Amino acid sequence: MGKRILITGLGSFWGGRMAQALESDPNVETIIGVDVTEPQVPLERTEYVRADQSYSILSRIVKATQVDTIVHTFLIVDSTRTSARNLHETNVIGTMNLLAAAGAAESSVRHIIVKSSSLVYGSSFQDPAWFRESMSRTQPPKTRVERSLLEVEDYLRDFADDNPHVVVTLLRFTNVLGHDLVTPITSALERGVAPWVFGFDPLLQFVEEDDVIRALHFVLDRQLPGVYNVAGDGRIPWSEVASICGARLVALPPVLTGWSAAALGAMRLVDLPGELLDLLRYGRGIDNRRLKQAGFQYRFTSAGAVDAFARSRRLQRVIGQTRPNYRYERDVEQFFRRSPAVVRPTEA
Amino acid sequence: MANLTRRGELVPLRRPEEAPPPTADPRLSDVDDWGRSEHMREIARTLYDPIYQHWFRAEWEGLGKIPTDGGALIVANHAAAIPSDAPVIMHGIEKELRRPVYGLADHIFKAMPVVGTMWSRVGGVAAHPENAYRLLREEQQLVLVFPEGSKGPGKTLNERYQLRRFGRGGFVEIAMRAGVPVVPIAVVGAEESMPILFKVPGLARMMGIPYLPITANMLLFGPLLGLIAYLPAKFRLKVLDPVHFDVPPDQERYSRSRVMDAAEDIRQSLQETLYEMLRDRRSVWFG
Repeated sequence: MGKRILITGLGSFWGGRMAQALESDPNVETIIGVDVTEPQVPLERTEYVRADQSYSILSRIVKATQVDTIVHTFLIVDSTRTSARNLHETNVIGTMNLLAAAGAAESSVRHIIVKSSSLVYGSSFQDPAWFRESMSRTQPPKTRVERSLLEVEDYLRDFADDNPHVVVTLLRFTNVLGHDLVTPITSALERGVAPWVFGFDPLLQFVEEDDVIRALHFVLDRQLPGVYNVAGDGRIPWSEVASICGARLVALPPVLTGWSAAALGAMRLVDLPGELLDLLRYGRGIDNRRLKQAGFQYRFTSAGAVDAFARSRRLQRVIGQTRPNYRYERDVEQFFRRSPAVVRPTEA
Repeated sequence: MANLTRRGELVPLRRPEEAPPPTADPRLSDVDDWGRSEHMREIARTLYDPIYQHWFRAEWEGLGKIPTDGGALIVANHAAAIPSDAPVIMHGIEKELRRPVYGLADHIFKAMPVVGTMWSRVGGVAAHPENAYRLLREEQQLVLVFPEGSKGPGKTLNERYQLRRFGRGGFVEIAMRAGVPVVPIAVVGAEESMPILFKVPGLARMMGIPYLPITANMLLFGPLLGLIAYLPAKFRLKVLDPVHFDVPPDQERYSRSRVMDAAEDIRQSLQETLYEMLRDRRSVWFG
């Protein structure tokens, strides 16, 4: 019997990528994807179910499909993508509903994987150079996205305590770079602009998007319980990131940084949320050794991830979008999956 | 043969762990995980060497007691409004022993634009116990710390060479946990290089800094030049015998009394060495 997996946020970047990765895994029997929006990537055997934003339908889906694993990729970590209200609704209420569904009596769920972010550690001048999984942030959270992620992690801890028969894996990812992902950092660098808080050159850490998917797949495969930081080896100064990407440093004043960032945002030059401004001032390091000790091998170091990003952007500048655009059409998908007219290899 | 293929179909063979080969680490600069750049350090050493040799005329005694390999926590007395001892100690050890020294200092440096970045590039690290442990235990580096903290350089002229409390003995606990010796260094000269005449506590509180000094240098050279121009006091540095702790490393906690006693012992021997050196000093400027 293979695994029966439910993925939240199938329509988001990570949900789609994760589903694609799992489709080629012979140990995975069924993949069900839930989201508000339709999948953005072509999928072969993943079933898509539309849900509302706070996932109130989830307990019905879990009961009906008897999934054993939930991969929660839907936490919003980029606060520029949505309103504060949506952020709370999706992250906190969505996770609550998810955990309620998974913890229901006679629930079939045995493994929950949550994709969180190193934002939970914050970024302050009082931080250590490296955060281990057991350490907590040195300053109270200032931004909504940080608060909501901390709340989610609290719920998850309680859930793990109350449900010792369920393996709970929490992955905290550092800033991700890759050929397809769009974040405030990637869109600024793509415009050849590296916003820079004058006088600061913080040490940052990155992880490549393929390593993100590989890490999620790794903990799913091994059923590893606990909290793991996921970040490429080494820390790299922001100025070096800019020069690898060929971006120009654009200075923001070290005082009233928030205001000047808001002005840049209003001019639609770069979008710099509060948590990113802190990061560009003080940087952050998370210790990735726990996952490595569990046997995971990173393909990219922090600098390697920056370099891979820069290379893919150079190619894109020449030939345009490298991946074909995909539009989900329910009828077409239904035809390919269900119609008797389609010749399928007979199942063993 | 046909049978084998069938079997492969029925029993799903576990995929071999697809671990794509790691890619190279394409760094452009030599800034390490702590923010230190050997290149920047080299420039700083070149610029600082004339000051070290001709202005402060630093002279060492017992430099051989500093371990040439393995981690060690170097502690020293701390002085001067803008401390002049840290650069002298780091420069001296790096020049003579050719080993990098990481200097721990208050987090507040990290919050300062330009200064914080420069400080980090030339070997400064925020004084967090985790940072010290990692440098000492895992990277086996030399780490310099001033246990008096900001109370050392905040002394006024009439309090010079009177060691303040050594915090809560945290430096001893870190050395114990990291399994490295503590190497004390007594420094004479720093106190007179930028002596504080009096302090303005109200303004310091408003600015969020530990102390706001009015120094002799400011009176002599003016308020701006006085911030960077040190008086040419003669520096003498004496390395004391390394203190080894007879406890296993990596313990969750260490006996508080053991830690406090050890810290007090180190403070005492540094204080006595300082008095001894001052007895021998004939002139502040010529040693």
